[in-house]
Amino acid sequence: MTTLSRRSFLKIGTATILAKAGLESLDAFGVPAPSKVERIPTFCDICFWKCNAIASVRDGHLWKIEGNPADPLCQGRLCPRGTGGIGAAGDPDRLKRPLIRTRERGEEMWREVSWDEALAYIAERMKAIAVEHGPESMALFSHGLGGTFLKHTWKAFGSPNIAAPSFAQCRGPRDTGFELTYGEGIGSPERTDIENARCIVLIGSHLGENMHNTQVQEFSKAVHAGATVIVADPRFSVAASKAKHYLPVKPGTDMALLLAWMHVLVTEKLHDAEFVAAHGHGFESFAAHVARFTPEWAYPETGIEPDVIRETAREMARHKPATLVHPGRRVNWYGDDAQRARAVALLNALLGNWNRKGGFYTPAMMDVPSYPYPDYPKPARPRLDNPDKRYPFAGEAITTGIREATITGKPYPIKGWMVYATNLLHSLPNEKETLRAIDALDLLVVIDVIPSEIAGYADVVLPESTYLERHDDLNVELFKQPFVALRQPVVKSPDDQKPNWWIARELAAKLGLASYFPWNDIEEYLRYRVKGAGLDWETLKREGIVLGPKQPIYQEEGLESEFPTPSGKVEFYSNQLEAAGFDPMPVYQAPDPGPPGSFRLLFGRAPVHSFSRTHSNRLLSDAMPENALWLNADVARRYGLKSGDKVRLRNQDDVLSNPIAVKATQRIRPDCVYMVHGFGHTSRGLRHAFGKGASDSQLVTRYKTDPLMGGTAVNVNFVTLEPEI
Amino acid sequence: MSRYAMVIDTRLCVGCMDCVVACKTENRVPEGYNRDWITEELRGVYPDVRLEIRSERCNHCDRPPCVSCCPTGASHVHRGGVVLVTHDQCIGCKACIAACPYDARFVHPDGYVDKCTFCIHRVEKGLKPACVSVCPTHCMHFGDLDDPQSDVSKLLASRPHHALIPESGARPHVFYLT
Repeated sequence: MTTLSRRSFLKIGTATILAKAGLESLDAFGVPAPSKVERIPTFCDICFWKCNAIASVRDGHLWKIEGNPADPLCQGRLCPRGTGGIGAAGDPDRLKRPLIRTRERGEEMWREVSWDEALAYIAERMKAIAVEHGPESMALFSHGLGGTFLKHTWKAFGSPNIAAPSFAQCRGPRDTGFELTYGEGIGSPERTDIENARCIVLIGSHLGENMHNTQVQEFSKAVHAGATVIVADPRFSVAASKAKHYLPVKPGTDMALLLAWMHVLVTEKLHDAEFVAAHGHGFESFAAHVARFTPEWAYPETGIEPDVIRETAREMARHKPATLVHPGRRVNWYGDDAQRARAVALLNALLGNWNRKGGFYTPAMMDVPSYPYPDYPKPARPRLDNPDKRYPFAGEAITTGIREATITGKPYPIKGWMVYATNLLHSLPNEKETLRAIDALDLLVVIDVIPSEIAGYADVVLPESTYLERHDDLNVELFKQPFVALRQPVVKSPDDQKPNWWIARELAAKLGLASYFPWNDIEEYLRYRVKGAGLDWETLKREGIVLGPKQPIYQEEGLESEFPTPSGKVEFYSNQLEAAGFDPMPVYQAPDPGPPGSFRLLFGRAPVHSFSRTHSNRLLSDAMPENALWLNADVARRYGLKSGDKVRLRNQDDVLSNPIAVKATQRIRPDCVYMVHGFGHTSRGLRHAFGKGASDSQLVTRYKTDPLMGGTAVNVNFVTLEPEI
Repeated sequence: MSRYAMVIDTRLCVGCMDCVVACKTENRVPEGYNRDWITEELRGVYPDVRLEIRSERCNHCDRPPCVSCCPTGASHVHRGGVVLVTHDQCIGCKACIAACPYDARFVHPDGYVDKCTFCIHRVEKGLKPACVSVCPTHCMHFGDLDDPQSDVSKLLASRPHHALIPESGARPHVFYLT
């Protein structure tokens, strides 16, 4: 964690003379003096958690944003990114006006144009692509709620090719693994009842650094209430510092640890036999399967001593069913991730925690009607991201499948991309492949708030209003207590930025699809849905959130469990996996050790940044201006490196990173290095973030594709260190 | 009378810096400066390590050296033992910066010395300091040590704790539960 420089001895000089200048609005103690403050509720968009917030506007200027106390998600407390969210609106590096490219792609040379010209340009090319190749040849990459209306325009245009990196590059393997086991995924916010857990097991999941608000708040409550925390991670994470047991597991060997834990539970008969008997399918085969995965077998693989494996398994059993083995979120790691997630699902099943307090709950949702749009045209050709169901258990579209089809032109050509709110050059593995795909395009449109790396390659860049300046669709939340929340403008966009709903509607009009947007403005659309749900629009506007009735979410509250799997039970043995030619029960594959003398490259999240989109937010970049390379302190000593020394990383494919400062620490294994994702920006437009820290994405030239669901595993890259002189 | 203090539970703190960011927005601390910060103290050799994460700031000491050294009286003790700087009496001599054992003060770009105020403008309206109000782990507590029923009094009575650099003799009033 960066400690900021607090002193500024040198800056005093002439500034003292000017001291009076800035004082009008402060009283004698440097305390903000009273002034006119307007408080407007909305919900956050710095990450995908969608915490409800109240923004304070003071004398017409954004002052601060705080959690809405009525919000079950944030309980009145935003995370640091949410608190710093106002820095997104004030970011001087924001995109200001629509741009059309004047030089080669990637040269970042533009001319400013009107919205009318930009949208006409896009519509003309989309129509030309539709005439020559069919409307399906336009693909949309969209992340988050803001993409709702663009997806609508896309479907109206006749293309089914819509994907988000949140599946194949993030939580997809987890959801597939749980769907195969329980018939249901984990969702977002995760259906984990961390708050009531008496034992929490985190495997590579770094709550506290990964700042998903409700999860961190609940984790803290559980720790405060004395829950036992077990952390298995190659890095001594912040969560590890709260743990009773820290297991410094060798990277890529989680599956061996999971199998050994399950071995202990089953052979020592510590599992929830009643739950398994009532709801398990194929448990006998499973028990026979795990019999050979002894802790002694797992020891050389994982580096975790057999006694520790036994002790931690018994600890989990002691607290069942209030033991939660957290399913994680971004788990595209080693290529067998859906099977690994299945092993996590099965370990949880042995603890009998499905629909139990302190385990997994069944979220509740309010019934809010969608707007009655005309029927979409039926696409002439099906989605092409997963041809012939190559990845039979992919529950959502695969971004990298669209990328591959764009490169190969098969099963049919993709000639245009629209990219909304996702920096594909940082979010997809192997940026060279992304650039090759871009080369095959007749049209690349990027809609973003900031000049991201992907925007640098666009033919047309459309500047979006920040979440503080726009409406979006309602958030109809699936959570412990359901609610409907409203995002509404707090301030006006400073330049010529527009909200996504306006962009989607105007583009549709230019495409001759105006009939798909029968509403005149967004409030009319929102009011229709709110009224249809039997809620009061004015109340929602005033409060920002309307809670729905509580419903039973656990067995303890009378909920009955159903498992929509083929067997109708929890599938310890998966006949559908077997039928598709996969292992019906999870097995362990040792990870590739990598070239001698190299370190496995690992990366993760920091509490003050989201993806690669917050690094020019001055409030958040002030808190963490660049990332550091975590390197085991003993290894660093051998290399003659100390904290703060700059190195470059060279990966197995000879890609060299930006310089990055070493963090020599006793908090990481000697066989891997770690950095926070999202830094090392190369877009010149991101003046403030440019060149600060290194980019893990650049170094991820290799990836392994999950055969079950097409996820792209990225923890398979290795680096060596080169001192920066 | 009251004597304000902050009590921070290091067993819960995750070092997320929400306190830092909330202080910056609440008090409009300029870019490049901050009134509070996160410190991590690590002991041991991997994998047997212990980590204490602390949210640090001005300690609002009982015997504040920054006040006794101030030549103009700008640095002073406010109600509740809160140490404040009156901006337009500050001549920017930096004696207080040199005297502070906690490195808690900086020169604001507008020319005066600035630091944590315990958000006295909020406290006097019955609110908690911004950092305490925002903390997602609920690890921060603020209150009156002269009131034995306050959260802070009860926590200090019941839990092991320490303050920073007690040998400074300044009698700091930010306490860390361990």
